[in-house]
Amino acid sequence: MTKEERLKKRHRAEKRFRFYGLTSIFVALLFVVILVQNIFSKGSSAFKKTVITTEVFFDQELLEIQNGASQEEIMEADFYDIMIENLIKAYPAKDRDEEDELLKLFSGDAEIEIKKAFLNDNNLIGKTITLDLTASDDIDQLHKGNYPRDLPEERRRISDFQLVIYDYFVENKKISKNFNNYFFNNGDSRDPELAGIGGALVGSFYSILICLLLAFPVAVLASIYLEEFAPKNKITDFIEININNLAAVPSIVYGLLALQILLATIQLPRSTPLVAGITLALMTLPRIIIPCRASLKAVPPSIREGALAVGASKFQSVFHHVVPLALPGTLSGTIIGLAQALGETAPLILIGMVAFVVDIPSSPVDPSSSLPVQVYLWSESAERGFVEKTSATIMMLLSFLIVMNFIAVYLRQKFEKRWN
Amino acid sequence: MNIVLIFLITIFSVSLFFYGKSKTKTISIKDNIKLNALPKFYGYYLVLWCSIPALVFLLVWSLFEPVIIKSIIIETAANQGAIFSDKNEANLIYEKIKAIHLGTYFGDIDSILRESALAYAKFINLFTNSKVVLIFGIIIASVIYSLKKIKNNNKARDDVEIILKGLLFVSSLIAILTTLGIIFSLLFESIKFFSVINVFDYLFGTNWSPQRAFVRDASSITAAEFEELKDAFGFIPLIAGTSFIAFIAMLVAVPIGLFSGIYMAEYASIKVRRISKPIIEILAGIPTVVYGFFAALTVGPFFRQVGENLGLTVSSESALAAGLIMGIMIIPYVSSLSDDVINSVPQSLRDGSYAVGATKSETIKQVVIPAALPGIIGSVLLAVSRAIGETMIVVMAAGLAANLTINPLESTTTITTQIVMILVGDQEFDSPKTQSAFALGLTLFIATLILNYIAQRAVKKYREKYD
Repeated sequence: MTKEERLKKRHRAEKRFRFYGLTSIFVALLFVVILVQNIFSKGSSAFKKTVITTEVFFDQELLEIQNGASQEEIMEADFYDIMIENLIKAYPAKDRDEEDELLKLFSGDAEIEIKKAFLNDNNLIGKTITLDLTASDDIDQLHKGNYPRDLPEERRRISDFQLVIYDYFVENKKISKNFNNYFFNNGDSRDPELAGIGGALVGSFYSILICLLLAFPVAVLASIYLEEFAPKNKITDFIEININNLAAVPSIVYGLLALQILLATIQLPRSTPLVAGITLALMTLPRIIIPCRASLKAVPPSIREGALAVGASKFQSVFHHVVPLALPGTLSGTIIGLAQALGETAPLILIGMVAFVVDIPSSPVDPSSSLPVQVYLWSESAERGFVEKTSATIMMLLSFLIVMNFIAVYLRQKFEKRWN
Repeated sequence: MNIVLIFLITIFSVSLFFYGKSKTKTISIKDNIKLNALPKFYGYYLVLWCSIPALVFLLVWSLFEPVIIKSIIIETAANQGAIFSDKNEANLIYEKIKAIHLGTYFGDIDSILRESALAYAKFINLFTNSKVVLIFGIIIASVIYSLKKIKNNNKARDDVEIILKGLLFVSSLIAILTTLGIIFSLLFESIKFFSVINVFDYLFGTNWSPQRAFVRDASSITAAEFEELKDAFGFIPLIAGTSFIAFIAMLVAVPIGLFSGIYMAEYASIKVRRISKPIIEILAGIPTVVYGFFAALTVGPFFRQVGENLGLTVSSESALAAGLIMGIMIIPYVSSLSDDVINSVPQSLRDGSYAVGATKSETIKQVVIPAALPGIIGSVLLAVSRAIGETMIVVMAAGLAANLTINPLESTTTITTQIVMILVGDQEFDSPKTQSAFALGLTLFIATLILNYIAQRAVKKYREKYD
């Protein structure tokens, strides 16, 4: 091989190497895009729900209440007959079987929706109004195009006759898509069309709030101690080793800790945001201490010495000068730690947050779910409608994380002093 | 009750602050003495003395009160003739008694339960009253003590700073407490587990089927059941599955992560670096449950479809899908750390290599990477420890049955999956099945601890070399 050939070969190797590097970055970026695109394409339809426009006639004989009835009377009144009477008029059905199939196209909450309309206006007796009633999960998925209708009938959840009704609805423009208020307001449900993340949102909020209240002060105080006051001795070394190790302990181990100490020994209530918050705080603590210490360390010694020189005590130099300067870095580290805690699932599963909770928690000691656990729960469900709900929950979760990280970056860039 | 007490303590503290501040001012004017600290420090001094002892007492009391009351009540119920054979039944009776007291119990109430409920009410009353009395006693004692100090014109700033420093020290001890808590809670149940199951049967057994351990009471096991149990908790399939999935993950993460780390450190322009680095790090910020969902609903079925087209049988919970997605999650851990490590290789090494005519890639391959190797190995080990501790991806995308296999298209299970599967839902605390989850947790904890220790040592040694 001549010299020129060798050189060419070496240059080719150089190009290849460079290409590998570029390819791997590209592959990593591609994964981000695929993941986000996949979630968004599946989830965006969940923000709308399918409704069937129905005429509802409030028949005095069936309702047994008067115009101007009080709230309690309406709440107690039975709207079931009214619902049946009006829903079967939505399509000219021939017999009981066909009527049953027609009724199955509406959600289980149709009666409540009619009742709510009457609660809004209690002078509707003897009148007819048009209501947008939520459609059942099967019709919802069909209308959104997530459900193939060309399968043979026995493999479909929707019968041929229901398809006929659906086509009739479409033809008469009786079916449409509205904003899905249930998704944001409701708790969990076995019916996908009624299930929402309201409970999970509140549960996550309480958990993160408790986590913040516990972890932030302790983390800041601990990092101030370690960075500014701790003498160089064995105890300090031991604390530091502990913090570094705790930051790398798998999150599920914190779940076991919570199960044994918080639930079995102290007997705090299961499945509650209180326990979740404490668990997440223990887990987040070392992850906040590390950036806090870094930002304290970044404050130059001249600041401390300046304060000491004019007669401040060690404490005053730290709390009046060093800590305020380190605050932006501390806060952004805390927010990033909380963002991690918000997405954490495994320890919450172990403390029983997988329980099926319909009610929206009103305090941190009520059983509740949380956003990532809701994702896990729904992804285990067989119904097709839960796939889009799960993806939409992930979209909500990711948008919270993006906002939190954005605030963290903003805080750091806007307020952090650079010392060089 | 506790909220009222905390509220009262706060009010006392705040009023004591103003009292201390004005009191010392008047003393200094009246007696014409120079105070040893600014008046506000006397206020702080009182606040700390008023609140900290009372709050610490309240916390400790609240932690232990339910446990103590429970043991007392169960004992009184037993004395009155209530019959329960194990801890679960005792718990049930205690819950019933509590519910009767709260008026939320609608079952039959016999005389034993009624008597116990009355006793419960009595004890709750007693405990609450003594708590209130004790807290006020503590507040009065500490306030009297601190007021005396103030009147003697103590060096309030120094004293306040000593107390606060103690507070800072206690906060930093929480890390040690957490570690101790983890070790004790894992050991406690693990010891119970290993008193039933031989350690060697656990470590070297090749069969994992904890559902066989339907023995409710670990203390009364017949010989036949014991033989059965002996064979149910073999750790080998789990560690094999865990390492196998972690291995697949590293096959994805190490080349991609390392090459992108190298490219970012050595080739990329500042602009490319500034954009691509945060985007790759997004991968580390996405919650793992999202990866799990993606792996279980998109990647798993996709692989099965591809396998069907190729004539292969691919499980929809294949190790390949879980490992691949886990690898993607780990990419940024490898790439960021190796980027840092490569950046800290001194420029002089590169310049020396260029000076003898090496191309850039030759320099990287033969000079930079060997120099950075300990650091790179450290970052890979950290990534491995992430991979074996990762839970949600494998819970959602890997299998549940413990197969001993090296076929990536079949399903395997992992340590973390089994912990979740055993502990999800209701569990009775004294069965070997539940305890086995803690034994698994202990094993996982030790394994990640060792990996992290080696990795951190490697990175630290490497850093020292070039500092």
